[in-house]
Amino acid sequence: MSLLTESTFALNSNPSNDRGDGQLLEVSMGPQHPSTHGVFRMDVSLDGEHVVKLKPVFGYLHRNHEKIAENESYLGCMPYTDRLDYICSITNNWSYALAVETLAGIKVPERAEYLRVITGELTRLQNHACLVGFLMQDMGASGTPLMYAFREREKILDLFESLTGARMMCNYMRFGGCRVDLPAGWLQQAQKVTDAFPKFLDEFENMLVSNEILMARTQGVGVVSKELAINAGISGPMARASGVNYDLRKVDKYGIYDRFDFRVPLGDVGDVYDRYMIRLLEMRESLKILRQAMRDLPEGPIMDPGTKIRNFRPKAGEAYGRIESPKGELGFYLISDGSGNPYRFRVRPPSLINLTVLEDMCLGLNVADIVIILGSVDIVLGEVDR
Amino acid sequence: MNLEAIKSDLEASIPGCQLEIIPNPSPSAQHSLLVDAPHAFAVASLLRSYAALPFDYCSNVTGIDWPLKETSTKVKVKKLVDGVEKDVDEVVKTISGGYLEAVYHLYSMEQREGPLVLRMRTEDRAARVHLPSLTPIWRAAEFQEREIFDLYGILFDGHPDLRRLLMWDDFVDHPMRRDYVDPDDYEYEPTAHDEVLARARQHLSTEGGQ
Repeated sequence: MSLLTESTFALNSNPSNDRGDGQLLEVSMGPQHPSTHGVFRMDVSLDGEHVVKLKPVFGYLHRNHEKIAENESYLGCMPYTDRLDYICSITNNWSYALAVETLAGIKVPERAEYLRVITGELTRLQNHACLVGFLMQDMGASGTPLMYAFREREKILDLFESLTGARMMCNYMRFGGCRVDLPAGWLQQAQKVTDAFPKFLDEFENMLVSNEILMARTQGVGVVSKELAINAGISGPMARASGVNYDLRKVDKYGIYDRFDFRVPLGDVGDVYDRYMIRLLEMRESLKILRQAMRDLPEGPIMDPGTKIRNFRPKAGEAYGRIESPKGELGFYLISDGSGNPYRFRVRPPSLINLTVLEDMCLGLNVADIVIILGSVDIVLGEVDR
Repeated sequence: MNLEAIKSDLEASIPGCQLEIIPNPSPSAQHSLLVDAPHAFAVASLLRSYAALPFDYCSNVTGIDWPLKETSTKVKVKKLVDGVEKDVDEVVKTISGGYLEAVYHLYSMEQREGPLVLRMRTEDRAARVHLPSLTPIWRAAEFQEREIFDLYGILFDGHPDLRRLLMWDDFVDHPMRRDYVDPDDYEYEPTAHDEVLARARQHLSTEGGQ
């Protein structure tokens, strides 16, 4: 009997290779798809399981932030920046403050610079923790890894709440410094959180980095070459996963980043796995910066006494200021005509520009891969649509 | 980065191109380079592969609207009035603007230099709003040029896929222009707020009170 010679349960190594006889199926993924991280749509054409065309559709969250800002005072624009990338409001504030400071030539006091680094790096920690959690969720590891990540994020949001009064819409920075100084005991609490953070990273890495399913789903998927990443203006962790050594904290050295000892992790394949690992490694570097910043935090004023933030009228001119936000290069381009509100207010959204290569990454892959590729880009629709 | 040197280099390599340095009076001192539209593509390709300082990374692309603006200033002029020389106030009118502008912020990743601010201007704000697309040189401009087309109405020749990005396809106007007025027939249902209801009523009366 030869019934058993042919294994009936052998897994097909490439199960989704059956083509759909050239008949294309058009699927509209989104805007309410749970993996699109908000209201984002992709018009996908499928040949069987394979993606042959993918066109992103934007604008569901468009409120014309830039037009609103043209009718606002310089100070009044600050709370609006919170709503761009609502996961990391503090780095949005920082980028806008930096652009105004470049425009008007404002010097920031030493203590405020340290506070910016501390809150900015805490923001990066919670953004990356969030991202790796959501990426696991997209891959089907429902709930647990995301909740582990959210547990850590919660501790950082508590710190933000006690400092700024808000968990997510922090509205913390002003051009010329920061809004409030640290409350009593905050620094000790923050130290406790950062000291406990490596334990979470170890736990997370032990559970998942060498997980077979994770590696099978992510390695070699959604590859972006170094040349393409540079040409398409990809920035942040996504560019560094493709091996582009470009971190604005090292390149521009804005603020006081030249004082800290940290390294820039780089990937070499540029696939989803690299993008995932870059986030884990960047969190460890952020912790290094945080430890140094908290150790060296000086006493002093937190606002530049020479800057009147109310009724602020910079001289006519223009400036482009950019920082390394957790998502990538976040820039603000301001034109002043000497009046109390900006003539032109432009946000350079890293989330939107990182999506330029979304179609290139997904072509020829399966539908299920779109979800994790999009998850690894790290977008927030408040910033994509503005 | 020496903008003067880059300008003279470009002028030597591309015959007939008209470049102008627009000074920036703010402390940022980010001066910009204005390129004439017919030569902009050649200038941009050269900058991308510029031997000493290749601007390989196009960070930010954006549009600006400069409507026609008439500014009048009083100037004292000496004139002969009844045979006697007198100081007379005379109003001098200067006209500026009247075009749309596309601005590119370029960086060099290798040399860690930048930004080089590249500007292009359209001929006017109504019919002649064509500019060459720089997307074939830097793909980073793909979505950003679409956004400028959407919000400002600049037509980028040579763009692979020039569609609206943020507004919906049937939308007709360009909302970031300075003279844009909100339509009074909003697509959404009027909410029960006095101001919105009043506008809706006014709109109905202009259409014959249907």
